[in-house]
Amino acid sequence: MKYIHSIKRIFISGTLFIALWQIICWTTDFNPSLLPGPVRVWYALIQMFGEGNILNDIQDSMYRFAIGYLLAALSAIILGLTLGWFKEIFAYINPIVQLLRPISPIAWMPFIVLLFGIGDVPAIVIIFISAFFPILLSTISAVGNVDKMYLKVADNFDIKQPYVLTKIIFPATFPQIANGLHIALGSSWIFLVAGEMVGSQTGLGYLIIDARNNLRTDILLATIIIIGVIGLFLDTLISQFEKQIYTRWGYEREGKK
Amino acid sequence: MYIDIQGLTKKFKRGEQTLMVLDNISLTINQGEFICLLGPSGCGKTTLLNILAGFENASEGSVLIDGEVVSTPTSRYVTIFQNYGLLPWRNVRHNVELGLEGKKISKSKRKEIAEKYICLVGLDKFANSNPAQLSGGMQQRVAIARALAVSPDIIFMDEPFGALDAMTRMKMQDEILEIKRSQNKTIIFVTHDIDEAVYLADRIIVFSPNPGRIKEIIQVQLKFPRDRNGYDFIRIRDKVFSLFDIH
Ligand SMILES: Nc1ncnc2c1ncn2[C@@H]1O[C@H](COP(=O)(O)OP(=O)(O)OP(=O)(O)O)[C@@H](O)[C@H]1O
Ligand SMILES: [Mg+2]
Repeated sequence: MKYIHSIKRIFISGTLFIALWQIICWTTDFNPSLLPGPVRVWYALIQMFGEGNILNDIQDSMYRFAIGYLLAALSAIILGLTLGWFKEIFAYINPIVQLLRPISPIAWMPFIVLLFGIGDVPAIVIIFISAFFPILLSTISAVGNVDKMYLKVADNFDIKQPYVLTKIIFPATFPQIANGLHIALGSSWIFLVAGEMVGSQTGLGYLIIDARNNLRTDILLATIIIIGVIGLFLDTLISQFEKQIYTRWGYEREGKK
Repeated sequence: MYIDIQGLTKKFKRGEQTLMVLDNISLTINQGEFICLLGPSGCGKTTLLNILAGFENASEGSVLIDGEVVSTPTSRYVTIFQNYGLLPWRNVRHNVELGLEGKKISKSKRKEIAEKYICLVGLDKFANSNPAQLSGGMQQRVAIARALAVSPDIIFMDEPFGALDAMTRMKMQDEILEIKRSQNKTIIFVTHDIDEAVYLADRIIVFSPNPGRIKEIIQVQLKFPRDRNGYDFIRIRDKVFSLFDIH
């Protein structure tokens, strides 16, 4: 029932959006090749999928995204657990983290391209940087928030390091880490496009640049839509994952959604 | 003397001030005794339990258990917390196995022990459930099974039934008495509830607050199972009430 409702809502809002878009095209006198209407973009989408090149670009982007994101998740979680546990060390590292964190990953781009050249690596590095900090910081703060009772239980049952970290701290922090993973997924998807616009010869970000250079605004818009849809899809996936974690950990009871 | 507390004092620093929470507590407890610590909020019951269990150090005085000075927690004395202390990411079976994982016990033996105690607390059908799927009383039973699984000599319980409704609570009281009888454990049990103390305890240690001192020790020489409405029960209950100036 809930499912049907949300499909209905998606359908209605999608229709409204396309209608509004069409109305803007009709009522303004922008050249259709500068502001393409829904129909033109639809044909562009069909053409892109028909020729099949877009699939390669999606594949390239997903590959870079997966590598950058997973590397960031792995290293940020391990580092976060360690730094969260050894607070004294983190006190020295924190100033550096706080200094680096607000820098847009894009600012590193010239460096990255100079060092690694054009290809997969720049996009992977950008994704890595943009995913790394949210996961690191949420992991560190999660370790600080671990219910002291769990540590007492571990103590009481003679559980020693490294098992306190693996059996107690890591699972106890997992819901908060999952939240960090969620946030990081969103921001690194945003930066994937930026990374590929500068550092790649393939991928969705590159397609944007390519479409601009060829003045194909229909392909440009179609690519934007594809990026949005994939981003939405990834977000839905990780939301489901997060929800399952919360249910399992007892933050929400099953059945109550 | 199994547990021997001599001149135990506990002070906490609060900024500039020091707060005396326990003042010169001396008490001896025999093996197999059921002791209830009773007293108003803030009189230091939890603090005393934490010191006995090795989670905190005494400021002065000494605690010996079985002739040894208590310094760190060990699985020979297990604490059951008011909010159960279950690990929500583990199902019932794996929660009960937690304390066995540090010991040199094979996986299959571990499973066998866990199953035995899960059955003992009547949760065999829920061995694969997650804590979040269980009621408060059931979660408390898991905590009890987990404690029993490591064969502790002493079980410390800090208001273990405080969050349960009256009916579940009475049922749990009977269960813990049965467990104490069949497993022959020493139990130190903190409670606010005078009826609960009279129903369970061999001896009730009544505390007065600010600073926490032992006000009186009441022997409850009633046979089990106790009749909550019996003449002797009510007489002892009234005696405890009068200690708190409630009538
Ligand atoms: N770690 C601590 N630091 C400072 N003060 C503390 C600490 N632990 C307990 N106290 C203080 O010691 C006093 C006794 O606390 P305790 O928790 O032992 O009381 P209690 O008898 O268990 O109360 P309740 O029945 O409400 O659980 C309280 O005033 C409390 O604020
Ligand atoms: Mg208390």
